[in-house]
Amino acid sequence: MEENTIICRCSDVTLKEVRDLIKEGYVTYDEIKRITRIGMGPCQGKTCGQLVMKEIAMSTGQNIKDVKFQTTRPPVVGVRLGLIAEEGRNNEE
Amino acid sequence: MKEAELVIVGAGPAGLCAAISAASSGAKVLIIERNKSLGGQLVKQTHMFFGSEKQYASTRGIDITDILLTELKKYEKNVEILTNSTVVGMYEDGIITVLHKEDKYFKIKPKAVIVCTGAFEKSLAFPNNDLPGIYGAGAVQTLMNVYGVKPGNKVLMVGAGNIGLIVSYQLMQAGVEVVAILDAAPKIGGYLVHASKIRRMGVPILTGYTVKEAIGKDYLEKAVICKLDNKFQQIPGTEQTLDADVMCISVGLTPLNELLSMSGCEMKYIPQLSGTVPVRNEDYETTIENLFVAGDISGVEEASAAMVEGYLAGLCAAAKIGHKAEDFENKKMDYLKQLSELRSGPVGEHILAGIEQIVR
Repeated sequence: MEENTIICRCSDVTLKEVRDLIKEGYVTYDEIKRITRIGMGPCQGKTCGQLVMKEIAMSTGQNIKDVKFQTTRPPVVGVRLGLIAEEGRNNEE
Repeated sequence: MKEAELVIVGAGPAGLCAAISAASSGAKVLIIERNKSLGGQLVKQTHMFFGSEKQYASTRGIDITDILLTELKKYEKNVEILTNSTVVGMYEDGIITVLHKEDKYFKIKPKAVIVCTGAFEKSLAFPNNDLPGIYGAGAVQTLMNVYGVKPGNKVLMVGAGNIGLIVSYQLMQAGVEVVAILDAAPKIGGYLVHASKIRRMGVPILTGYTVKEAIGKDYLEKAVICKLDNKFQQIPGTEQTLDADVMCISVGLTPLNELLSMSGCEMKYIPQLSGTVPVRNEDYETTIENLFVAGDISGVEEASAAMVEGYLAGLCAAAKIGHKAEDFENKKMDYLKQLSELRSGPVGEHILAGIEQIVR
């Protein structure tokens, strides 16, 4: 049933994929993110974050408060590159 | 680059109160709100609030927005409002970046910022949790109370906290059948006055239960639920199948902290406050100077507490940048007193145990 349980709605990552990666030794959020794109979609980890951290905590025997979440970087939503370039040019003038 | 004195990120109950408080102290306030209208989640809260008169008890959430906006209007010469605008970045040099709709992107250099971004809903992992018909409680409230759209006919509510109980009652008022309310915890989390009202209408509240599986071809048709033991593990053989075309997930909120997290202020995971929250002082200033917080982002509580936190953070942030209100000390004492009154009682004790770990 793990294969029908969606952890990441943005990139369609299942509980099975997450558990398999943890079994292979990928026990940080950032590693799982780099392999599956979890946390890189429109929600930026808001839906999957807690669920993945819980899985990591359970399998590694850590308390969830000690599990490190992903590094957060701007922008929090998608911004077209053209807009960023335009603002950069405005500030040069 | 746009200059600003005090930027308030988010115009929910905390943000609006922070704006009123800071603008009335004499600070020039710039409110930046992601949505097209102000009020945040108050817009969908058609129920009457608890608390005391100072936090608008017995007033419907939706009407509180108007009260706050009328108050804010008194100081309009000090207030600028940007709607449809998302703060997308906060940087170490104090600059913040804003995206307006999808076609304008600009930088702001404020003297101080109050982040009031609130919280977002937690989700649950179970087989077929992506079937249409499975919603967060916020989405069900938006459909019903904002757009007047019935989400379905038979609802299974997952979560017996205040949101789960209130949304269940509102569904019944709208003529939708609520099949049952589940909660994994051994006790009902919400106020008993809400729970009793629902029980009297014949809806079972099953504590110590979870969703084992959702079933359906193109949309939700049935839900399998089962009992949990005292370690929250599913007990085989206790499964029950319920007919439902809507499942409403209401398993709590967690602080929306991504802006704070990228700003570099010190943060801690505090279970009593429902997630990762900033370390702060009594004035709601984080470990980064002139970066303040208020509302659910500093720990998930009721909107009443968010409003008082907003008033307090607005007052203190304004004072910090040279706009100390005439009766600053009295106001501050009053807000602190209101907060400690709101945090009396068993739920408050739990919250206070969390706050103790982050206040320096």
